[in-house]
Amino acid sequence: MQMPIPNAGVLARKAQIVARLRALLPADAVIDDPAETRAYECDALAAYSCAPLAVVLPRTTAEVAAALRLCHDEGVPVVPRGAGTSLAGGAMPSADAVVLGLARMNAVLEVDYDNRFIRVEAGRTNLSVTGAVEGEGWFYAPDPSSQLACAIAGNIAMNSGGAHCLKYGVTTNNLLGVTLVTMAGEVIEIGGPWCDAAGLDLLGVICGSEGQLGVVTEATLRILRAPEGARPVLIGFDSNEVAGACVADIIRAGVLPVAIEFMDRPCIRATEDFAHAGYPDCEALLIVEVEGSGAEIAEQLGLIRRIAERHSPVEFREATSEDEAKRIWLGRKSAFGAMGQINDYMCLDGTIPVSSLPHVLRRIGEMSAEFGLAVGNVFHAGDGNMHPLILYNANTRGDLERCEALGAEILKLCVEVGGCLTGEHGVGIEKRDLMGVQFAPADLEAQMRVKDVFDPHWLLNPAKVFPLAASAPRRTA
Amino acid sequence: MRPETEAQLSEAIRDARAPLRIVGGGTRPVGADLSGAALHTGGLRGVSLYEPAALTLVVRAGTPLAEVGALIAAEGQRLPFEPVRWGPVLGAAGESTIGGVVAANVSGPRRIQAGACRDSLIGVRFDDGSGAVVKNGGRVMKNVTGYDLVKLMAGSWGTLGVLSELSFKLLPAPAEQATLILPDLDPAAAVPALSAALGAPYDVTGAGWLPGTGAMVRIEGLSESVSYRAGRLAVLLAPFGRVIEMRDGAAALWRDLGEVAPFHGATGDLWRFSVKPGDAPGIVARLGFPVVLDWGGGLIWALVPEGTDARALAAPFAGHATRMRGSGAGAFHPEPAPVAALSAGLRAQFDPRAILNPGRMG
Repeated sequence: MQMPIPNAGVLARKAQIVARLRALLPADAVIDDPAETRAYECDALAAYSCAPLAVVLPRTTAEVAAALRLCHDEGVPVVPRGAGTSLAGGAMPSADAVVLGLARMNAVLEVDYDNRFIRVEAGRTNLSVTGAVEGEGWFYAPDPSSQLACAIAGNIAMNSGGAHCLKYGVTTNNLLGVTLVTMAGEVIEIGGPWCDAAGLDLLGVICGSEGQLGVVTEATLRILRAPEGARPVLIGFDSNEVAGACVADIIRAGVLPVAIEFMDRPCIRATEDFAHAGYPDCEALLIVEVEGSGAEIAEQLGLIRRIAERHSPVEFREATSEDEAKRIWLGRKSAFGAMGQINDYMCLDGTIPVSSLPHVLRRIGEMSAEFGLAVGNVFHAGDGNMHPLILYNANTRGDLERCEALGAEILKLCVEVGGCLTGEHGVGIEKRDLMGVQFAPADLEAQMRVKDVFDPHWLLNPAKVFPLAASAPRRTA
Repeated sequence: MRPETEAQLSEAIRDARAPLRIVGGGTRPVGADLSGAALHTGGLRGVSLYEPAALTLVVRAGTPLAEVGALIAAEGQRLPFEPVRWGPVLGAAGESTIGGVVAANVSGPRRIQAGACRDSLIGVRFDDGSGAVVKNGGRVMKNVTGYDLVKLMAGSWGTLGVLSELSFKLLPAPAEQATLILPDLDPAAAVPALSAALGAPYDVTGAGWLPGTGAMVRIEGLSESVSYRAGRLAVLLAPFGRVIEMRDGAAALWRDLGEVAPFHGATGDLWRFSVKPGDAPGIVARLGFPVVLDWGGGLIWALVPEGTDARALAAPFAGHATRMRGSGAGAFHPEPAPVAALSAGLRAQFDPRAILNPGRMG
């Protein structure tokens, strides 16, 4: 992975920059000992790492603003970091960058059930947002797989999704307002606990901007009353095509499940060996979850069963207890871990029109054979967000490169059928250089102009999202 | 000017030497009066792609809203955000276009549950102020590839670019609806009742207050489910007053709410507040003029005597207010200086010659 050459001037002034940060922030908020900054050298895209110049861990918005203002004045790049769970390298530092970690800003600031929102510091983990309101029967809807660890700040940066976004939407659909600190250190309030923007929808473009427009220190999030109950069914099919057709029929029928998850045979077998969830040995498997009272669940599942039966499923298993529901989800939730037991893997994230599902799965199978690397598919079928897992061996010379080449081919296929490179993980460094496949130069130029407005000197997370060649004139200006 | 292709649109903008006034159906004359030459989008018309099984529609911006609605209704589908016409209440004849709906980010009562227009919008094509064609988003529901200019374009009132094509995610229209009406509540008493309904696990898809009707709560879905939830909600709402369940005929009430029918043809200025719902009773009291409430009280339409500064009258409140009908400066809510600077910066980047609806959102 190519990264820009670090700014030699910044590297030479390291001691002075760290001393200035120390003068501004509490003693334990600045780290520059290489042994202690090691934990910040990479995120969940662990194949790539780099020691940062320093790490700052502020406790308040004012400290964030002070640190950013100083870095701005010194011309030091800043890499914002939530919990470091990015699969795309969104939080990977460069040698000349200060990592600004939000982990210490995790307080709940306000809970308002009458007006249905919660305001939190952005370093708070996704699951603990729900944790703060579930006692009263409420929840925060976006549920990325990493929700136990990932921070709201990172969710906002990447516009994270999750298994249940078919019904509830992704982060941007559940975000009402932010406190944003710009690279120049200005603190700006955008949005709040009301609907829609007064003027231009700045909140909409901040969400998903991968930490390139500002650092979000506080967020106002929509909370929802939890449904009375939820129940999954597991439906097995003897072909991917038939499973895909069943998904389309369920969607068209007017029943909107909260989740429709899809696993193919390689993935089913791997998870069965690992988690023993008792899945049938079949070509394709759907997990469909519906919500409501007992009677409502029965009504929806009755409809889903009638639809599924038209497609001759090899298995239709309805959870009749909490324990059975957990077993149905067990395999799906263990899928990444199971694949990791077999080998190293790369998790892709392209989205395709659901109608292209059978074609894309067939082509992925063919490419997998061509490249000699196994690929398992587990994904959110209701919205077409694929998660092909390419297995490789990091200790085998050339395997990572071959895996990346196959990954690139699969993502190009996603774009070719009308989809996109990434549905919920973000571009980061991982897909940066593929952006030209999806976007024309004018499309990228329009996006980079937004960064020009928020961060004219391109100091915030600068070598991400855009192909290096495309962003070079701005980064080096 | 009335371009019929994206290329003609680009040419019209490139060749412009003076400000342009972007016109869809002409049904949303909000904000400053513009004097520039009209650039009509009505020639950019028709459906580019409709895949009912994928719940996806791609349509050109000048297509009439009614045409879009009829097309997808024939497949049992709908736009989740319940687009509403503003023409009748703003006294503007003409036929609303889908591009105009997006440019103003117009959402109806279902916004409270299904999100705004901008939340259903998944892709755009537009021409920026130099005439360059830009695409963003696409036709898939989950897409975080690059910055989300889709949201930025929604509600930008033609000041960042001229929309030429839009992609939406759709939803199946539900089999049944039920509406619970609490006829004895005034607006202030309605807000806590609506809040209780929205805070219950019954998936309410509409919560408003109409003069002459009272507080209204809607649920939609499969038939047994609707009956069950209507029953539970009736119990939940009983402490607030008399509850009547309505099945047939409720659609007209929700249309009246979305289109603010009580104020059609009325004289005076019309204001639209987006606020924290709990602030609504106080605002309504301070205004002291007729109102219509939607979004659980979070959306207030107020009819005030001509020239009244309703924004000042309603203060203090968390949110924003727009003068929808009436004359003079300051129709859009003033922005704090740093936000205004970012907005001005974006306009300068996307429309460096300041020819696209300049001053419209001032």
